[in-house]
Amino acid sequence: MDFLADHQPEMLPGKRQLPPTQGVIEAPHGTTIVAVTFPGGVVLAGDRRATMGNVIAQRDIEKVFPADEYSAVGIAGTAGLAVEMVKLFQLELEHFEKVEGAQLSLEGKANRLSTMIRSNLGMAMQGLAVVPLFAGFDVDRGKGRIFSYDVTGGRSEEHHFSATGSGSVFARGAMKKLFREDLTEEQATTLVVQALYDAADDDSATGGPDVARRIYPIITVITENGFRRLTDDESSGLARAVLARRLEEPDGPRAALL
Amino acid sequence: MSTPFYVSPQQAMADRAEYARKGIARGRSLVVLQYADGIVFVGENPSRALHKFSEIYDRIGFAAAGKYNEYENLRIGGVRYADLRGYTYDRDDVTARGLANVYAQTLGTIFSSAAEKPYEVELVVAEVGETPEGDQIYRLPHDGSIVDEHGSVAVGGNAEQISTYLDREHQEGMTLAEALKLAVTALSRESNGTQREIPAERLEVAVLDRTRPQQRKFKRIVGPQLGRLLDADGAATAAEAEESEESGGDVE
Repeated sequence: MDFLADHQPEMLPGKRQLPPTQGVIEAPHGTTIVAVTFPGGVVLAGDRRATMGNVIAQRDIEKVFPADEYSAVGIAGTAGLAVEMVKLFQLELEHFEKVEGAQLSLEGKANRLSTMIRSNLGMAMQGLAVVPLFAGFDVDRGKGRIFSYDVTGGRSEEHHFSATGSGSVFARGAMKKLFREDLTEEQATTLVVQALYDAADDDSATGGPDVARRIYPIITVITENGFRRLTDDESSGLARAVLARRLEEPDGPRAALL
Repeated sequence: MSTPFYVSPQQAMADRAEYARKGIARGRSLVVLQYADGIVFVGENPSRALHKFSEIYDRIGFAAAGKYNEYENLRIGGVRYADLRGYTYDRDDVTARGLANVYAQTLGTIFSSAAEKPYEVELVVAEVGETPEGDQIYRLPHDGSIVDEHGSVAVGGNAEQISTYLDREHQEGMTLAEALKLAVTALSRESNGTQREIPAERLEVAVLDRTRPQQRKFKRIVGPQLGRLLDADGAATAAEAEESEESGGDVE
């Protein structure tokens, strides 16, 4: 394969010139990712649904991945491309760390991801966009930080909370009303479940907690102790608690009017 | 017209081997030992930044004696090879055997090519398995041969004497503290039979620990943790192992 790539790259499937496509290519798309900071770290979470047009392509897709010990990336957009991008990103961080003997700075990681998204711009123009959300614990500054991206690779640091994907509008609205500066880790994880619930409530492409099949959001926490993914028991506990409250109040907790 | 001197191929190879061996012998020795939970690398290294041991991949570690620039070059080559393999296929498809073969090819080519000077390095590639039986240790001398080692291996200046000592003293199923102590004793034996003191600051120690929950099993042991291990008796080691788990987040 490497030999082919060097000598006759046009023989490889990925390198063939494609005819111009008509309309949008149908491929599974991932939907909503949310992130929120709290004193001492950051929480990154995602729902489990992948859609292809009006069809649910997958109910239990995983869209939040550890990038390295102190950062994680959540992906929205074309699932196949996004998963590959994350794989390459993880590899680059690990490779740098081993060769240089030191980790990349959090800014460095965020910039690298930006370049990778930009290189996908051609595909994005054909409807195969990948828009990740990057969150990590900045060891130098001692706090959690969130970076969001657009399809052109534009990078911006978000304060407090952020969301990406089709349900992000609703998730962001929920987080705006629920966020406080002094959240504990547990409150922050509850907050993201609330936000994902609201996203699923109003966006058909976002999946809510699936109690019947025991599929719950993926929730990850990054603190100075590194990356941790909540176990199935922990996330089901959170999701069930939120669900139980929503049975009484379907629209969720109400913020003060003034 | 002058006729060039005739040098027989045997003589040419012997000269090159002699050159490489002398270069390696100038460096300090290092040892690689199996212990109950993995493989430990111990060496004397006055520098804290220029490492003799390094992580190659999840379960694979690298140790080298000889010229720094030459083995650093090989180390980076190994990391590239392993990362590319793991990305193209799967993380499980990167093995110490494959890596050792690549190193053997490289070293062998350089050794026998008349245009280049032979590398003055001796490498050890080790892979930790699920069980002690699955551990693999390969020693790669300067000429590109591969030696499959078991239990313990020493390379560098005083290697022969140290490995004789280690072969005699090393046992299966040692704890980390026991293995470390044995390694330090072996390294500090002078050729005339006396012992010299190697302070903890001058030791470089790393382990491939199969009990680590992370995918990447390589970990450097530094500072207070190393000091405690060096002083530790049998009772303290169990507690130590637990603590190393907790602080196990940082892979350098």
